[in-house]
Amino acid sequence: MKDESNKITRRHFFYLMGNGSILMALGGTGIFTYQYLSPNVLFEPSKAFKAGPASGFPVDSWTFIEDRKIFVAHDKDGFFAISAVCTHLGCTVIWKEGENQFLCPCHGSFFTNDGKVKGGPAPRSLDCFAMSMATDGELLIDTGKIVDSQTRLKV
Amino acid sequence: MKKLFNWLISMRIGKSIFRRDFSDTEKDRSERIYNNFFFHIYPVKVSKHGVKVCYTFCLGGVSFLLFIILTITGLLLMFYYHPSIPRAYEDMKDIQFVVSSGIFLRNMHRWSAHLMVLAVFLHMCRVFFSGSYRPPREFNWIVGVLLLVLTLGLSFTGYLLPWDQLAFWAITVGTTMAGYAPIIGNKMRFLLLGGNVVNENALLRFYVLHCILLPALIVILMGIHFWRVRKDGGISKPL
Repeated sequence: MKDESNKITRRHFFYLMGNGSILMALGGTGIFTYQYLSPNVLFEPSKAFKAGPASGFPVDSWTFIEDRKIFVAHDKDGFFAISAVCTHLGCTVIWKEGENQFLCPCHGSFFTNDGKVKGGPAPRSLDCFAMSMATDGELLIDTGKIVDSQTRLKV
Repeated sequence: MKKLFNWLISMRIGKSIFRRDFSDTEKDRSERIYNNFFFHIYPVKVSKHGVKVCYTFCLGGVSFLLFIILTITGLLLMFYYHPSIPRAYEDMKDIQFVVSSGIFLRNMHRWSAHLMVLAVFLHMCRVFFSGSYRPPREFNWIVGVLLLVLTLGLSFTGYLLPWDQLAFWAITVGTTMAGYAPIIGNKMRFLLLGGNVVNENALLRFYVLHCILLPALIVILMGIHFWRVRKDGGISKPL
């Protein structure tokens, strides 16, 4: 080879062009497929919903809203909404009226009446969601906002 | 690149994948092709007539390429499609107007489907006019006819899936035609539709046929078809 050895040959140029375009096409297809597979519209219930009029939840009651997996609780300080989704692996906890605690039927985690872990494998307390009063007097729960378990809605 | 490849080959993992080392004799070059799963369909040596495009017009290859495009686009479309009423129609409209590049994939699937029927038909014509159905290729002609029928079957079953007026009446007409077949006609229609009218049962049946049964059959027959091309003396040549 002469001193032209490190010049790009015609063959090598086409080799690079060919492989380069294959790589570009693959990359584009990857991005394209990712965008396609991420849905733009979801048919899921909205995160905020109305739980019904405040009068439907008397003091010292823990009411389960089944389709939302949420407990609406009312103690002497006010209303609060506790998620029924166990923080361990996502099963739905059960309210034990007599024992005044939540119990997870899957792996035996149990929680106080405001959602703090008392025992079992659950790593943290049950989530509490922001509550407010809608203009028509119904309780509005926003599952998109997680609040401190001490937060109460006073009516 | 070549260095990296040679290094990979020299490793134990490389040997386990490629099964051989890369020396560069004539025999090695041949083995590179026929010991490779992806390449073994190719002939080890290409004769002069094999590169002449105007003899075969690559119609078989085009059909196969279209089948691959249809498989990939169809698979992606399945991620958004529910074979139920009225979700099927709604999903089809969502794919067109809501899903990112959904309309592109749907149209690609549609046009490739039309082109595949055309390509398979032209392929059959080419084989006929060049006399390539003659011994020892008689059996492969039969396999090819079955592949044509399956292609038409896929085209027909895919017709119903958008669940619009065109789909509904096309399948109503098509299955009524099946009903005219002597003796077994009405039974055939009943089995095909899963009932007497084009409804949810029919949609589900056509969906399963379109996405599972017919593609599975066509893949098996294509395997046999390609294998026979190779075994019957390679790509067809002028007599």
